[in-house]
Amino acid sequence: MRSFNFLSGEEPLNPLIPHTAELVVGAIAFTLLFLVLRKAVVPKFEKAFTDRAEAIEGGIERAEKAQLEAQRALVQYNEQLSSAQGEASKLREEARVQGAAILEELRTKAQDEAARITAAAHASIEAERQQAITSLRNEVGALAVELASKIVGEALDDQARQSRIVERFIEDLEKSK
Amino acid sequence: MRAFVKLHAEGDGFVPPSTNDFNLPPITESIAWLTKPVLLVFLSVILVSVFFILSSRKAAVVPSKLQFAGESIYGFVRNDLARDVIGHEFMRFVPYLFTLFTFVLTNNLFGIVPFLQFPAMSHVAFPYVLAIFSFGVFHYVGIQKHGLFKYLKEIAFMPGVPKPVYILLTPIEIATFFLVRPLTLSLRLFANMFAGHLLLLVFIMGGDYMMHDSHLIMKLFSPFSFAFGIALTFFEFMVQCLQAYIFTLLTALYIAGALADEH
Repeated sequence: MRSFNFLSGEEPLNPLIPHTAELVVGAIAFTLLFLVLRKAVVPKFEKAFTDRAEAIEGGIERAEKAQLEAQRALVQYNEQLSSAQGEASKLREEARVQGAAILEELRTKAQDEAARITAAAHASIEAERQQAITSLRNEVGALAVELASKIVGEALDDQARQSRIVERFIEDLEKSK
Repeated sequence: MRAFVKLHAEGDGFVPPSTNDFNLPPITESIAWLTKPVLLVFLSVILVSVFFILSSRKAAVVPSKLQFAGESIYGFVRNDLARDVIGHEFMRFVPYLFTLFTFVLTNNLFGIVPFLQFPAMSHVAFPYVLAIFSFGVFHYVGIQKHGLFKYLKEIAFMPGVPKPVYILLTPIEIATFFLVRPLTLSLRLFANMFAGHLLLLVFIMGGDYMMHDSHLIMKLFSPFSFAFGIALTFFEFMVQCLQAYIFTLLTALYIAGALADEH
């Protein structure tokens, strides 16, 4: 700066008066920059902005679609779940009914069997009782006759008479009971 | 200050920076017009072009750091200046406003870039040119939109005003649109850059002068002068950005005014 001190003796320059060369240079430089920026830079940035806006809007759209899809899937799953639950309870109910039926059947069978066995036992007991009665009757008859003949001393060979006497004797026995 | 300098300094005494410090000689004697500001203006064209071409080249949806930096500046001019001020027709003016902002900003910032250290906009010719361009653009837009006659009529006779007021208003309006606007636009930018550079010169040269002074008190005060110079550099950075913004904003406002149905 010191080197310009020689100028300070001169008339100070008016800074408001433009240099012609600088006016021209300024105009050319600015126009040049304007042309470059308008041609090469602005369209690129605009493209980036548009692409970005589209990407964001596309993203939102995709997200909305995905959400819708998810909701639909959820409804479907819920439906499937509830139908599965219904099916399960139905199956359970069926099983319960079937189980009860099986139980009932088994019980009936067992009862039948029991009844059958009881009946068979009764029959066999009855038969044995009859047999016992018959044999007892015969033995008692024989014994009684023998006893009576011994006591009375009377021969009781006649068959008809014998049995009549026995009958009477048994009747008497039953009556005295 | 000058009295103080005269009392204590020896030799030549302190020569404060003057308007002549802005009158830089040609780089080479043979080409008279090739001065430092001219070179700086061309340099700014190259720097701005290269930076924005590189940062916008890929135009990716997910930007790189470089693209993000370029996009931030472009987006600022496009959205905060052009769109918010001009409205739905703003896209036509984005290239112009974008060029204006980056061109002025870069040339202003040259004032504090080491080794360059000269704001090209402190040479009044450049703000004049820009103001003439802006002047041309907003009048052209107004004439294109409304037609020459209607546009001039709306400037001269603002609608919705009682007739006698026109005696006062018409000269003011005409002066505003054709004289005050371009002049203030250019002079505001020029004066800010000029004064800012002068201020930095005062403190840096003053500090330098005091440091080489034989008097001890002067030597002691020299660092304060430098410190203030550095602080002012930060202040200048702010002013340089602000002036670029204001120039672009006002141009956008004038365009918006010319496009509006009523001025």
